[in-house]
Parts: sequence; C-alpha cells; structure tokens
Amino acid sequence: MNLTLKIWRQKSPEVKGKMETYPVYDVSPDMSFLEMLDVLNEDLVERGEVPIAFDHDCREGICGACSLHINGEPHGPMQRTTTCQLHMRSFKDGDTIFVEPWRAKAFPVIKDLVVDRSAFDRIIQAGGYVSVNTSGNTLDANAIPIPKEDADKAFDAATCIGCGACVASCKNASAMLFVSAKVSQLTLLPQGEVEAGERVQNMVSQMDKEGFGNCSVTGACQVECPKGISLENIARMNREFLKTNLSPGK
Amino acid sequence: MAFTGLFLCLFLVGHLAGNFQLFLDGYEAKLQFNQYAVFMTTNPIVKILSYAVYISILFHAIDGVLLTIQNRRARPQRYAMTKPSANTMWSSRNMGLLGTMILAFLIFHMQDFWYDYKFGEMPHMTTEDGSAVLLKSGEEVLDATVNVNYQVVSKTGEVLGPVMKDLHEEVMVAFQEWWIVLLYVVGIIAIFFHLWHGVQSAFTSLGLKTPKVEAAIKMAGYGFAILIPLAFAIIPIYVYLIF
Ligand code: HEM
Ligand code: SF4
Ligand code: FES
Repeated sequence: MNLTLKIWRQKSPEVKGKMETYPVYDVSPDMSFLEMLDVLNEDLVERGEVPIAFDHDCREGICGACSLHINGEPHGPMQRTTTCQLHMRSFKDGDTIFVEPWRAKAFPVIKDLVVDRSAFDRIIQAGGYVSVNTSGNTLDANAIPIPKEDADKAFDAATCIGCGACVASCKNASAMLFVSAKVSQLTLLPQGEVEAGERVQNMVSQMDKEGFGNCSVTGACQVECPKGISLENIARMNREFLKTNLSPGK
Repeated sequence: MAFTGLFLCLFLVGHLAGNFQLFLDGYEAKLQFNQYAVFMTTNPIVKILSYAVYISILFHAIDGVLLTIQNRRARPQRYAMTKPSANTMWSSRNMGLLGTMILAFLIFHMQDFWYDYKFGEMPHMTTEDGSAVLLKSGEEVLDATVNVNYQVVSKTGEVLGPVMKDLHEEVMVAFQEWWIVLLYVVGIIAIFFHLWHGVQSAFTSLGLKTPKVEAAIKMAGYGFAILIPLAFAIIPIYVYLIF
C-alpha cells in the first residue's frame, strides 16, 4: 500500500522543527511500523538525505524505548500495543499518517522523534527503589509470605515499561500513571512498605520539579498505556500521599 | 480541588432542599418560603456555613485556574494531530471551561436574587388580605407603611423595624421571563457536565476509589451528576409553565 507520512523533523534541541511530508510506496501490511520507517530511512540515506531519528531497542514490546505519537495517539491506534508491535495492517492504502515525538516540557526533543526521558530516571532515583542489604546475607524474597492478591497487583504495576505514553497522551502532560505504577509496585510488597511514606513524597516532589502537569483524572493514560496500567494505581498513590501528609514524621 | 469540590456538592444538596419549597402553592407556601429566606440570612450557623461556601468557591475557582495554567505550560509545543475523543470524555477535558461557565452563572444568579434581597429592590410581605404589613420577625402591623429603606413605619410615624421581603414573588416574576429560565437551564447543564467528571475525579484524587468501591462510586457519581442538576433545572421550568 501507499501512504503519506507527515513527520516531525528537528535537527537539535535548540533549533525549531517542523512537520515534513514523505510519501512511501509499496508498504507491506505485515511490516511493523518501525520497519516501515527503516525502509523510508534507507531510501533517505540512498538519496543523500538525513535519516529520521527515532527511539527503539527490543522491538518486542518489553523495553519501552519506542515512542511515537501516531495519528493523534501514543503508540498509534491499537490499544495495549507498543509502536514496535504495531503493524501496517492497522492502516489503509492512501492513509495520511502523522508521526510526532512525545510532547511535554519534561520530555524535550533531542532530535526528530527522539525525546529525552531522563526525567523518569530522576524520579526513580528519588525513591523508586527498596533499600536492601546486598552484602551476602540477603533474605530470599520468596521466604516472605505475601497474599496472592497483593503480589498480583504489585506485578501488574511492575509491568510498566517506562515508555512515557501516559505523559504523551495526557492533556496536562502529567506523569501520574508512571509514578503511581512504580509507587504501587514497591509499596504493595512488605519489603517496600517500610519506606512507603518517604518514597511517595520524594517521587512526587521530583515529578513536580521536572515540570510535568497535574493529574485531573481524565483517564487518557490508562487507555493509551501499552501495559494496561490502571487508574487504581493513581488512587493508591494519592491515598499514600495524603496519608503521609496527615501523619507527618513518618 | 477535591475537598472544596465535594463540599460544594454538599452545598448543592442543601440549596436544592430549600428550593423544593418553590413547588408549593398558595399564601402559606409563600409565607413559609420568605420566613425560610429570613432564617437563611440571619441564623448564625447558616452564616458561618455560607462563608464556608463563598471561601470554597473562591479557592476552588482560583485553584482551578492555576491548575489549568500550569497544565497548559506542561506542554509548550502542541501536537499537530490529536484524537482526544479516543481516550477521554469531553467533560473531563473541559473542567476549566465548565467551571468558568458556572462561575459566570453564579455571579448572575447572586446579583439576581441574593444582591436584590440584601440591597436591591424587592416587593414585601403583607397578610393574605393585604391589610397588614409583616415585619421580618413575622409580626403583623396594621395600617403601616414601608419606607425606602424597607423599614416598617406605623401610623404614628414610628419606625418598627425591617419588613419581611417577598423573595418568593421576585423568583416567580423572574421565572416568567423565558431568557432567564434558559440562562438557568444552561448554567445548570454546565454544572451537570462539571459533576459528571468531577464527583468521581474527587474520589480518585482523595485516594478513595479502590476496586472494592469503584462500582458504587461510579453509580453514585453519575447518579448525583444527573439527579441534582435535573431537580434544580425543573424548578424554573415548572414556575415558567405553571404560573
Ligand atoms: C457549584 C459549584 C461547583 C461544584 C459543586 C464543583 C465541583 C467540583 C468537583 C467535585 C471537582 C473535582 C475535584 C477533583 O478532581 O479533585 C471539580 C473540579 C474542577 N472545578 Fe469545580 N465545582 C464547582 C464550581 C467551579 C467553579 C466556579 C470553577 C471555576 C472557575 C470550577 C473549576 C474547576 C476545575 C478547573 C476543576 C478541575 C480540576 C482538575 O482538572 O483537576 N468549579 N469541581
Ligand atoms: S504507565 Fe504505561 S504508558 Fe506510562 S510509562 Fe508505564 S507502561 Fe508507559
Ligand atoms: S522497542 Fe522495546 S518496547 Fe518497542
């Protein structure tokens, strides 16, 4: 099939970018979206033009590197799907497809479709960990009994791959779904519960410092999240946050 | 946002309960409503509550505007293409707009009844046959007149105290105008959309929406958003059609 791509091109963080139009021909419906871009890039290189920069790594939906705001939605029109797992059969011959980087003040564009997501790393550094002694006498985690329901919930939250689609989809560019997934994953388990209060305070304060917007519970994030992380986590994080605010010193 | 929002929801319930008296008919109902208006403007506990409502609206509105500004700044470069209806409801995306509509409506509403009741022009109460004027306390005074300051003046020229104003009549007259009825209905529709998203959102913001109670909160949230504005809206329409 033949398609028209409208792609954001931006040389560097400092210069202004703009949408450029690229026709692509003979696209196979079995190609993934990234493979289609690979083919376009080979074409561009052959013609002596600069290829389009985009993030990708595992190409099997587990690393969270791929991004792309495709036709108005992060990771394209398929729900519960990363861009690398999106196939061209989701589009029709003759379609015009908009491809843009994640848009958020906290995710500045590095080049073309690549954005700097290190704000997420700094949020994790602020509290997204469990302080355990790893000096040789570490307890086997499986030796601690954990109710199945809690373990399941923690595991669901842990499936977050840190892709940032939640931020990209949110009209407020809020990072609440990501942060709440990380808070939930650790706080639901006995090992992480000890530092629950400190963790939520530190992670939320780092999130605000990074310039993400405020959650107004529109729910766009949970629809667009490729891993199906739900608003239940945001409610849990708000609960933990209020709890520590109401009982300071904890 | 959530605390003030939910407090204002409680206020809506109280306000609505009072308004239901407008469905009653006859002189007795008129008297009851106007005595209720006196009670609402003089009782100290009601006074404290009313200040809490003003402060809540103020904080809620200022907070809402600040949040809306911050949230816009969090995305300085907009998308060329978005599909908001693919993942969100209209009401959840337009809380700022809806809030501003509600605020504009509230200002009109306050000046229409509250301001006129306190400082503006308004008819006053008499006994049913019109022979005596009613004081604010409900006391009847024969052969009295009412001066420009709404003070009851006896035959001998003695000032006896403030007259009971006839807010009931003012409301009935206002709702004979189709455009005022329309304005109220539009304002109330904005409240409906605001609450359609707001009630449930508040429970998430407060961390109270757990999976166990999620279905109940959803039902209660949508139920509240439909029933309360519907009941509010029926009153002006009823008055317009019946009287
Ligand atoms: C009868 C009056 C009102 C009631 C009962 C009410 C109720 C609520 C509730 C329950 C929420 C949800 C809070 C949360 O998610 O935490 C909310 C949100 C909001 N309200 Fe109101 N509200 C009223 C008037 C107003 C007014 C006058 C304005 C502003 C000019 C306003 C602006 C907003 C905004 C912008 C939000 C969204 C905040 C966000 O996106 O997180 N509201 N309201
Ligand atoms: S919560 Fe979902 S959308 Fe957000 S970073 Fe994690 S996986 Fe991506
Ligand atoms: S490239 Fe790893 S999730 Fe898409």
